[in-house]
Amino acid sequence: MFSTLKGMLVTLSTTLRKPVTAQYPKQHLPLQERQWGFPALTWDGDVGEPYCVGCMVCVRMCPTQCMSGEMIDNPLHAEGKSTRRKIIGEFEINLGRCILCGICVEVCNFDAIEMSHEHEISHYQRNGRRTDLPLLLEMGKKFQRESNWLPPTKKKAAVAAAAKAAAAPAVEAGAEGEAATAEESSEKEAEA
Amino acid sequence: MTEAQRLESVDILVNMGPQHPSTHGVFRMVLWVDGERIVDCDPHIGYLHRGSEKLSEGELYSQIITLFDRMDYIGNFNTELAFVGAVEKMMALTVPERAEYIRVILCELNRISSHMLFYGTMGLDAGAMTPIMYGFRERERIQNLFEAVTGARMMHNYFRIGGLREEPPDDFVARVRGVLPAIEQGIEEGDRLLTYNEVFLARSRGIGVISGQEALDYGLTGPSLRASGIPDDIRAVEPYSVYDRFDFDIPVGETGDTWDRYAMRVEEMRQSVKIVKQALDQMPETGPIKAQVRGIPRPPKGEAYFRAENPRGEIGVYLVSDGGDKPYRLKVRPPSFANLQALRPMLRNTYVADAVMVLGSLDIVLGEVDR
Repeated sequence: MFSTLKGMLVTLSTTLRKPVTAQYPKQHLPLQERQWGFPALTWDGDVGEPYCVGCMVCVRMCPTQCMSGEMIDNPLHAEGKSTRRKIIGEFEINLGRCILCGICVEVCNFDAIEMSHEHEISHYQRNGRRTDLPLLLEMGKKFQRESNWLPPTKKKAAVAAAAKAAAAPAVEAGAEGEAATAEESSEKEAEA
Repeated sequence: MTEAQRLESVDILVNMGPQHPSTHGVFRMVLWVDGERIVDCDPHIGYLHRGSEKLSEGELYSQIITLFDRMDYIGNFNTELAFVGAVEKMMALTVPERAEYIRVILCELNRISSHMLFYGTMGLDAGAMTPIMYGFRERERIQNLFEAVTGARMMHNYFRIGGLREEPPDDFVARVRGVLPAIEQGIEEGDRLLTYNEVFLARSRGIGVISGQEALDYGLTGPSLRASGIPDDIRAVEPYSVYDRFDFDIPVGETGDTWDRYAMRVEEMRQSVKIVKQALDQMPETGPIKAQVRGIPRPPKGEAYFRAENPRGEIGVYLVSDGGDKPYRLKVRPPSFANLQALRPMLRNTYVADAVMVLGSLDIVLGEVDR
């Protein structure tokens, strides 16, 4: 009897609380800054071409083999407008197969692929989400616009420079140099 | 057929699962029942078999981490740590201290979120609909934090051989500190709601009892073993990572019944909060988060066995390398799989209505049972 009353009291006190649930399709909770959606290709607005040069590192490192691509000679380079000698010609990601592991972003040396915030894409067909180059670039442009995107290598260099400027020169500089060589070697290996 | 023969009682076979809603995944058990009493039980597994171990032989070490994410899909960080730890042991790598602390913080938060899911589903198994709401409220806080750190809510792929993928966000420590009081409050609230509830006690006390010796014989580990009175926790008996620097208790049960297994996990959540707090205090504020490892790691020829404490028990990874960029052989000793062996002795002589409770108290994850 007593415990029933106690239980009722708990019920009464909790009915007055604000709900924590969100009615999903109608109400969207804010995404975290780092939230990972499907991978997208980034667009170099300065030159007017994708960052991707088609080195195929992501294609080879993908655990599910959901990507394919083709490298072509860059016509803009021939005209002298771009520093990229090669450029991506065809690229396709089967987003239905992608497991969002982020390995492609990690191995990319050209800031060419990013995990966008695109996550609400579903399709009735199993192969219905094979996404080609223009669409991937569209996703990438949208992501770049919305997140004030900076190329990760530039960002990293800026952070490192700031750290170097802030820290005492003697000990820190050595550590920094070591880290830089480690990075370089790992990048070289990924390219090889 | 004579009348006497026709009335002779025989055991009936009842098929439970794989579509049964309370089997916590695609798990099927065949129950021999005599009236309401279970005579014997035959668990059938394999519905979620993906061949992760064999697949690993064809994948690079960096790609295998994604497979481990999907093995125990509720304790992702803990499972990742087991694999990464095995490779690090093999390569004799020293992980930077800051990375170790961040790993421990994430693993312990993951343990809380895993036990919160257990808490909720245990309530459901007993017929209480409210606990799962509270459990998921707390899980949501933790998963938001994980999303902020790793970008993903469940399949993080965040631990790397020799450290972490990237630096956590700048406000990481502040956010963890901010979320801890709410989690603590949530644990206490949940505890008040269910643990000593009369109906829940009546449903779980003295059901599915397994003695300490029997539990050891069946290879039970984790909270399910500790509920039987054996204080065995890898974090304490064979500390890995930086677990030897924290002060925490190992909760031990008395009888080894369903209620004890439940109560162990509630108590463990409190201990995890304690560990996270200590880790936050001890963690160096700056420093590298990854040791110097080649882009494609190639562990030397040899073998290594690494064991770690998952939310469900002891996970062991046995790794054989032939010096290449892919493992020669990888074998996982999953906690849920071993714990599931004890289901049969636990279920004998209980009632059919309690079968779901006993299964729920083992807290199995089928992704890891079947691999």
